[in-house]
Amino acid sequence: MRTVIFRTTAPYLTSLMVLFSIFVLLRGHNEPGGGFIGGLIAASAFAIYGIACGVAPVRRAMYFHPMAISGFGLLLAGLSGVLSFFLDVPFLTGLWATPEFFGLSVDLSTPLFFDIGVYLVVVGSITSTALALEERDHA
Amino acid sequence: MQTTGQSLTFLALFLPFIAAAAAPFLTRYLKHNAAWVLALAPAWIFFHFTGFLETVGKNGAVTAGYDWIPSLGVRFSWFLDGLSLTFALLISGIGTLIVLYAGGYLKGHEHQGRFFSFILMFMGAMQGLVVSDSFLMLFVFWELTSITSFLLIGFDHGREASRRAALQALVVTGLGGLSLLAGLLVTWMATGQSELSALVTSGSVLRDSPFYLAALVLVLGGAFTKSAQVPFHFWLPNAMEAPTPVSAYLHSATMVKAGVYLVMRLNPVMGETAEWETILPLFGGATLLTGTLLAVRQTDLKLMLAYTTVASLGLLVMLTGFGSEKAVEAAVLYLIAHSMFKGALFMVAGTIDHEAGTRDVRRLGGLRAAMPVTFAAALVAAISMGGLPPLFGFLAKEEIYAALGFSDGWTIFLLVVAIIGNALMFAVGFAVALKPFLGPHRDTPKHAHEGPVLLWLGPVILGLAGIVAALFSEWSHGLFSSPMATAVAGTPVEVHISVVPHLSVPLALSAVTIVLGVLVYLAIDRLRDAIAATLTTVGWGPDKGFDQAMRGLIRGSRGVTQVIQSGKLDIYMTITFVLVAASMLVPMVVFDELPAVPDFPDMHFYEWSIIAIAVIGLGAVIYAKDRLTAIVSLGIQGFAVALLFMIFGAPDLSFTQFMVETLSVVILALVMTRLKLTPADHRPTVEKLVDISVAAACGAGFGLTLLKVTQGPFDATLTEFFNAYSYTIAHGRNVVNVILVDFRGLDTLGEIAVVMVAGLSILALVRIRTRKPRADEVAAKGAA
Repeated sequence: MRTVIFRTTAPYLTSLMVLFSIFVLLRGHNEPGGGFIGGLIAASAFAIYGIACGVAPVRRAMYFHPMAISGFGLLLAGLSGVLSFFLDVPFLTGLWATPEFFGLSVDLSTPLFFDIGVYLVVVGSITSTALALEERDHA
Repeated sequence: MQTTGQSLTFLALFLPFIAAAAAPFLTRYLKHNAAWVLALAPAWIFFHFTGFLETVGKNGAVTAGYDWIPSLGVRFSWFLDGLSLTFALLISGIGTLIVLYAGGYLKGHEHQGRFFSFILMFMGAMQGLVVSDSFLMLFVFWELTSITSFLLIGFDHGREASRRAALQALVVTGLGGLSLLAGLLVTWMATGQSELSALVTSGSVLRDSPFYLAALVLVLGGAFTKSAQVPFHFWLPNAMEAPTPVSAYLHSATMVKAGVYLVMRLNPVMGETAEWETILPLFGGATLLTGTLLAVRQTDLKLMLAYTTVASLGLLVMLTGFGSEKAVEAAVLYLIAHSMFKGALFMVAGTIDHEAGTRDVRRLGGLRAAMPVTFAAALVAAISMGGLPPLFGFLAKEEIYAALGFSDGWTIFLLVVAIIGNALMFAVGFAVALKPFLGPHRDTPKHAHEGPVLLWLGPVILGLAGIVAALFSEWSHGLFSSPMATAVAGTPVEVHISVVPHLSVPLALSAVTIVLGVLVYLAIDRLRDAIAATLTTVGWGPDKGFDQAMRGLIRGSRGVTQVIQSGKLDIYMTITFVLVAASMLVPMVVFDELPAVPDFPDMHFYEWSIIAIAVIGLGAVIYAKDRLTAIVSLGIQGFAVALLFMIFGAPDLSFTQFMVETLSVVILALVMTRLKLTPADHRPTVEKLVDISVAAACGAGFGLTLLKVTQGPFDATLTEFFNAYSYTIAHGRNVVNVILVDFRGLDTLGEIAVVMVAGLSILALVRIRTRKPRADEVAAKGAA
């Protein structure tokens, strides 16, 4: 599998796929996409990188352990629901705010952070599995 | 004013837990002197509860609390009457002394902070148990005492004996706890009351209910295990593996009395029936005799005391079940006296152990000069235990004899049991208090000298309290005994007995007891050998029975597991798929719900080509030469399905299907590289036929189910709802995504939690290395 062509193109392919996964994640609320699909795309990106260049560079590139990313995602999703307690509405109620950044209004919402949490959980868990399987016994 | 009092009581219930959280940090900075600070918590609780004495004495009871789970009608509420208030005062009062004692006893122990934490947690649990009003709260605190007791008995977790004793106590009292829960629920169902304060005034509703016997047996199951009644008595002496402060506190003064508390609490609504007045005296009397006989047999000071505790608990149960007002008074007096003298004696035994280095009564002697204060405290406690004036124990014993009387054969029998039990306890009490101190000096592992103030303060205060309570009996009865006896009996009771001896039958019986007791004391060595010889001949006891039951449980579960879990993946898969097929096909055939034969579909050429791709993929899977090719071909068929989703207008679904297929192929291929399999898949013909039929059945099941579903009328309620509200309420036009992250967000939260846990499990599975079985596992296999 480790042909020169594959090894050379894999980093670019991976970066593009991760970028695309974020795009899919963010457009999810109105267009086809969302955290789950985005997470799957990013996970396959990392799997490709791992197959092409070995596990160590992927782990270096991700910096955090994939399971830590997954755990953070679950925490983020949970916290985005907890926010509603402060406004005395039921758990996980969607809350919206539209602040202006440099004259550009941006829709921020708790479902968005919830979706980012889903994305991170999926990326973390699946990448962790794929990397653990790619790793040879000396790990 | 009312609310302040209420929140203060609430604080009193939680303060032990707060103190428990602070204990490790305080101990790090103050070392053993943290005891002085930590003891302030129970001391404050003690004083807070003394404030209720007047009201309770006058009005009978105080109840207050907060809503806990309003939808279920469960309240966090407390109920203070004479019974619970006396218990609360004993728990916090003795608790203060025990915390101080533990400061001295475990001085320099590396886990002293942890110990303080555990014991304060226990105190909170016990406090909550006795003041609880609602059944569920009672149960929660009841279980909490079992758990904290487990932690305390197993405190010295490096030793196997401790761990076994802790587990044993947890299993026995935990089982009892479940029985209690069932009993409380039956009571709730039978009476409609879920609060003790309402229950105790409900008269004979429970007694007349057809569920009375069930409720009685279940509740007594909880009470008898907790209070170590025969045949569940064995865990209590084993619990002496715990450090002495624990034995003094949990296993004499407080926790083991929880069962007695429960029996006393329910006496007004469950008592005065033939069942009650047979079961309780029978078990109580048996426990009294067993406990005292086994106590005589012991040589370890703590074990001698432990068995007399078992005996005392038996006596209390027997008296409560006797069914007369006098007997209730006697039980109340004995309970108060016992908490004071037994706590003191345990602390004395611990001090001797701490200072002399041994607890073996045969190796101790002549310590009176070295430890005069401890000796004095021990003597006072033993006098109370022996029932001699002028101690509170004397009042209790006189009342016991006055209560039992000579009315018929049954009461005379119980009276004889009580006299024998008391005489033996007299002998054991003095053996503990005198033998280590009198006689010629013996060499002990450590050079004995008087313990520090932290060690003797507790026993001395308890001894003095016993004297004061007895001498000013009118005052102490008014404060404690009468309100408590009133609560237990359910009718107003006044206790009058005082230390002034008056010629009567009880006094004569006391004299008989003392003479018998002195005789046993003198002959204790011979008696010990005789009992030991008898026990060796019998060779079996409930303690051994417990081990056998546990072993049987483990062996049984291993047998069941071996049958259910064969450990072969192909068998699991076959079973799963057979069940999947059956769950779809069987109902359809049984209820005659098979779909109608559809018309031949009129489809576009591109739809046909997608189906063709799927079929080609399947063929490739079946005819693949090696496994890797088969896995990749499986993906072809998956992509075809994704295309179908796409042309029928489900882009999200199709998108996800593509990604899932890709990742499945990648991960399956990676798994294959790790498994040591032959590259190609060769199965015997029989297996092939079985697999083919299972696969065909599954396919047919799914196909028929889908056909049936699409032939029915389409219910568009949900579709319309989501289409209508997706943008207006949730500000999103992608309905699928809005459902996932907003409308059904909680489901998604659960699902991603599952994804994460699955990821963790896979990580753990992949990382497992084949390891050599440990020595004990090899041994277990050999035994099985």
